[in-house]
Amino acid sequence: MLSDTWSRWQRFRVDNELVHLFLHSPVAIASALVATLAVMAALLAPVLAPFDPYDIGGIDLLDSLLPPAWTDDGDVRFPIGTDDQGRDLYSAILYGLRLSLLVGVLSVSFAALLGVTLGLIAGWFGGWVDALVMRIADVQLALPAILTALLVDGIARGLLPDGSHDRLMLVVLTVAIGLSLWVDFARTARASTLVEKRKEYVQAAIIMGMHPLKILARHVLPNILGPLLVILTIDLAVAILLEATLSFLGVGVPPNQPSLGTLIEIGTGYLFSGEWWIVLFPALALVTLIVSVNVLGDFLRDVFDPRLR
Amino acid sequence: MVDTLLEVQGLTVSFATRFGEFTAVEGIDLSVAAGSIHGLVGESGAGKSTIGAAIMGLLPASGRIAAGSVTLAGEPLQHLDDTAWHRLRGSRLAMIFQDPQTSLNPLIRIGDQLVETIRQHADIDETEARSQAIALLDETGIHDADTRIDDYPHQFSGGMRQRVVIALALCTDPELIIADEPTTALDVAVQQQILDLLKRLVAERQIGVILITHDIGVIVETSDRVTVLRHGRVVESGPTRRVLGSPAADYTRALMAAVPRMETRLPRFRGILDDVSADLAGPDVRQASVADGFRVQGASAEYASSWLLRARDGASTAHEGPLLEIDGLSVTFGASGGGWFGIGRREGVHALQDVTVSLAAGTTLGVVGESGSGKSTLAKAITGLVDPSAGTMRFDGAALPPGGTRRRDHASRRRIQLIFQDPFASLDSRFTVERILAEPVRHYGHATDKGEVRRLVASMLQLVEMPQSALRKYPHQFSGGQRQRVAVARALLARPELLIADEPTSALDVSVQAQILNLLRDLQDSFGLTMLFISHDLAVVRQIADTVAVLKGGELVEFAPNERFFSAAEAPYSRYLLSETPSLAGLEEVAADSLGVVQPAR
Amino acid sequence: MTAFIARRLLQAVFVMLIVSLIAFALFRFVGDPVAQMVGQETSLADQARLRASMGLDDPVLVQYGRFLQRLVTADFGYSYRTRQAITEMILSRAPATIELGFVSLLISLIIGVPAGIYTAIRKHGVLANAILILTLVGISVPTFVIGIGLIYMFGVQLGWLPTFGRGDTVALGGWNTNFLTLDGWRSILMPALTLGVYQLTLTMRLVRAEMQGVLKSDFIRFARARGIDYSSLYLNHALRNTLVPVITIVGLQFGGVIAFSIVTEAVFQWPGLGLLFLDSIRYVDIPVMSTYLVLIALMFVTINLAVDLSYALIDPRVRLSGKGS
Repeated sequence: MLSDTWSRWQRFRVDNELVHLFLHSPVAIASALVATLAVMAALLAPVLAPFDPYDIGGIDLLDSLLPPAWTDDGDVRFPIGTDDQGRDLYSAILYGLRLSLLVGVLSVSFAALLGVTLGLIAGWFGGWVDALVMRIADVQLALPAILTALLVDGIARGLLPDGSHDRLMLVVLTVAIGLSLWVDFARTARASTLVEKRKEYVQAAIIMGMHPLKILARHVLPNILGPLLVILTIDLAVAILLEATLSFLGVGVPPNQPSLGTLIEIGTGYLFSGEWWIVLFPALALVTLIVSVNVLGDFLRDVFDPRLR
Repeated sequence: MVDTLLEVQGLTVSFATRFGEFTAVEGIDLSVAAGSIHGLVGESGAGKSTIGAAIMGLLPASGRIAAGSVTLAGEPLQHLDDTAWHRLRGSRLAMIFQDPQTSLNPLIRIGDQLVETIRQHADIDETEARSQAIALLDETGIHDADTRIDDYPHQFSGGMRQRVVIALALCTDPELIIADEPTTALDVAVQQQILDLLKRLVAERQIGVILITHDIGVIVETSDRVTVLRHGRVVESGPTRRVLGSPAADYTRALMAAVPRMETRLPRFRGILDDVSADLAGPDVRQASVADGFRVQGASAEYASSWLLRARDGASTAHEGPLLEIDGLSVTFGASGGGWFGIGRREGVHALQDVTVSLAAGTTLGVVGESGSGKSTLAKAITGLVDPSAGTMRFDGAALPPGGTRRRDHASRRRIQLIFQDPFASLDSRFTVERILAEPVRHYGHATDKGEVRRLVASMLQLVEMPQSALRKYPHQFSGGQRQRVAVARALLARPELLIADEPTSALDVSVQAQILNLLRDLQDSFGLTMLFISHDLAVVRQIADTVAVLKGGELVEFAPNERFFSAAEAPYSRYLLSETPSLAGLEEVAADSLGVVQPAR
Repeated sequence: MTAFIARRLLQAVFVMLIVSLIAFALFRFVGDPVAQMVGQETSLADQARLRASMGLDDPVLVQYGRFLQRLVTADFGYSYRTRQAITEMILSRAPATIELGFVSLLISLIIGVPAGIYTAIRKHGVLANAILILTLVGISVPTFVIGIGLIYMFGVQLGWLPTFGRGDTVALGGWNTNFLTLDGWRSILMPALTLGVYQLTLTMRLVRAEMQGVLKSDFIRFARARGIDYSSLYLNHALRNTLVPVITIVGLQFGGVIAFSIVTEAVFQWPGLGLLFLDSIRYVDIPVMSTYLVLIALMFVTINLAVDLSYALIDPRVRLSGKGS
């Protein structure tokens, strides 16, 4: 019944604290909008972009270093100019956004999967399992994120035969960034699991004789999603930042598939000779993306923190 | 002599919430005389703390005094700005809170906290302030005050900490102290000491005290006058003996009827508030009433009732003796051989030591003790959450294996069910009530067909006097008492024979407590349930238990039938507990029959 | 207490062992050490002899043992790329990074802590909101973008500050320092700011969050009910409780600063350890990579340990125990 569904949505809206707070926070809505736009742009890049920046055949060196269309020397074909290879900057940014988001989402998912699983197990079973996971986490914590990412990248470079390195770059990056972030998830999951474990509804399930894995999946995991969601969002921003940094340093994505970081690196060389647009627009795109994700993360953190305790 | 210190007239406080302006209290009249204690009593949500905060000017940012006046020795306070009010705080008005543990800054020595407070309001030097502080600590009963003054808060026990808190409140020589549930977090004996201290201080210093509490016994013990609050309004007020002994208002009468007595054991709490609306959740409740027209086909309380009875008839207890036998049970926690290479070896805490009790089928055993006595550990050992380190347990004649070796499909996991204290944490807040209740039904294989499960679950809800519409709702939409009913329904849906209730009513208001206790008794009478009822409240145990076991520090102090225990307890500790429990005996002479104790020809 | 210290020490040793294992595995199994060192004309026989003389034919465990031994004596081997002794390379470049890290940390603390306190107390207000927005930007803008921006603004357009390199340094024994010349200070300013911004933001947010939590606590409420002066309330009572956990995080931040210096050094061509590591990644210079790994881990572990121990000293609940009667 349509009326039935509608009243369920109404009840969901009013009852659900998160939704209510979200709808009343213009900042959160704005950043969600921006983030959605970015995702849309990324997904629809092939459609939206007038050129394919990866298609070497489609690039003409004669078109290189053209300024944005609204300036004197600009070309209407390239709305915000071209880079040193003649790539349309607008298209390059769209595809770059796509790459940044892709790597960000993949690596965070990897980190979440690894971290939450280990955290749940460590928190629930305690004892030597917990000690082991925590010691591994200690080792991970002794190496800061960027170091881990660089290290994994370096190792991959050394281990993989030349040539295949570029093709497997995505995998390497995902693993590299993911490995540097899993501890956040593990620690949060573990702490939350320890808290929930003491709660009476979990004790009731234990007494009933429910299988521990079933309890974890049915009862514990759904109840710890709140803080995990916060970490997910915040770490997504960090992942995007890390990928951009790695690409900027030249050890991230392969050079023929520029991400926003790569573009900025290219642009830096030309900044001081006056070609400012190659740095500015990718940087703006990157910062806007990260800011919107961070704002969402902050919003979620405020929602899930003390108010509902 | 009758010097009115504080006069509150027509006080109305409202809060700005998501759902609009919410009036927390309305039209409150209150007066406190110097040298007297005025009790402010009410159940949760009544607005007691709000009044206290308003008088101190400590309302949260969203609250304001919408109307009325607060006058301190003739001076009106309600229009003061925060700076002016802040000058009064400490010097003329003081407030102490419930939890002594969190009331003191853990990183500052108590001497420094005292000296700072003293010097805030009086222009004296540090040495002088320090000696005043020592004198205060002495006055509030801290021994060796001159050495203990340099200790940190965590180095004091709970009762001692509350004394420090009282000293801090007194050190500026205020005229009025507002005590918001000052003894709720303390054990019964310590509670008595703190109350005596308060009474003494009031008499010696001729200050006025507003004592906010939900505990009627505390009021009777301490207060000269009392104001009864309900849903933000004054129901009745006057001298304590008159208001509580022969109440004029229906609510007060019903409230007093719900208070468990020590003197006689009644078959039921009579004359209490019966409607569910007595149990509203507070400002967040958006529904006017919990019930609406939702019904499941074929579901009724009778259906659930016959389902439970069918099980009972089917499974005849072959065993003649007691249903539960605990013999020499000991539980030790935290003894360890050490972590890495034996570092951190620990002795261990003896939570239970050599406890022997038994429980006959169809009866209720009341296990009573203060905090740390091991009562909850007993429940955990029986249900298998902790392993005993020594002793045996027998259920229905068969050995009950320790939790670690108890199989997940062991029959005892169904036949013994546990109801917890905290109604907030005992239900998974992400499940609907229906899903919560369906879980035991499916787990124990009582029904598999979706429609059948639904029917059973809805019927059980009716049996515990909850509306069927609750099925679609989430736990947070209900109040504490309603959640406990759901917890009871969940336990019953396992078809248990033994129900262990671990302080099931300690977190509930007194009226709701009476309702739940009635419910449990009725269920026991109808279905022959055996109960193990754990509580720290002797009066509750008096009403509900057939036999009583007293625990202290893990050891069994006494084990006796109800009547004998409460009329002639043998162990000194038992007698001590009985004497320390605040009693309402003083009210008995005033109007015995209004309490329903005497069976008249009404 | 001693049990606590002992346990933490053992933990530290464990972590270092694992890290050294990873470093060793890197060293031994990624790429071929011999192939890196010899030219193309070297005969196979010569290569085999070289391999034997380097001990690469010995059992793995023995090699690991030797590796550990060399680590402990700070013999880090030779770089594949420059053929220099790594120990020398590290020693010559460490001062640059350490000084940079120090100044960044200083900046982040001097600005971050007061800003955090201010925004926790003044929840609404123009300045507070402005600061909050700035911190949001601070954690969202990548370090290298900040660096480039600063270089463009102050180096290129305004020409006030040098755009790369360390500038004039003064040698104090083996240590080259920036702090004794004006040019040195001018050179270190932008990199330190770049590096410091992120740290600053983190510090500020942390202090703010902690303080907000503390301000809601019962003992603050009770102090307010006693009429304690608001400034004392904030700066004595609340701050004390806020700083205790903050101190632990700040200690860890120093490690973060060293690690993030990689990016800053790349942007400013600052000749420190970070740049060294980056080059080693680019050229797959395994010995340098694994040495850097071990050193950073050691630094973090030591800082962690120091922080934990200091926490135990500061918090009286850990230091003193027992209840009075």
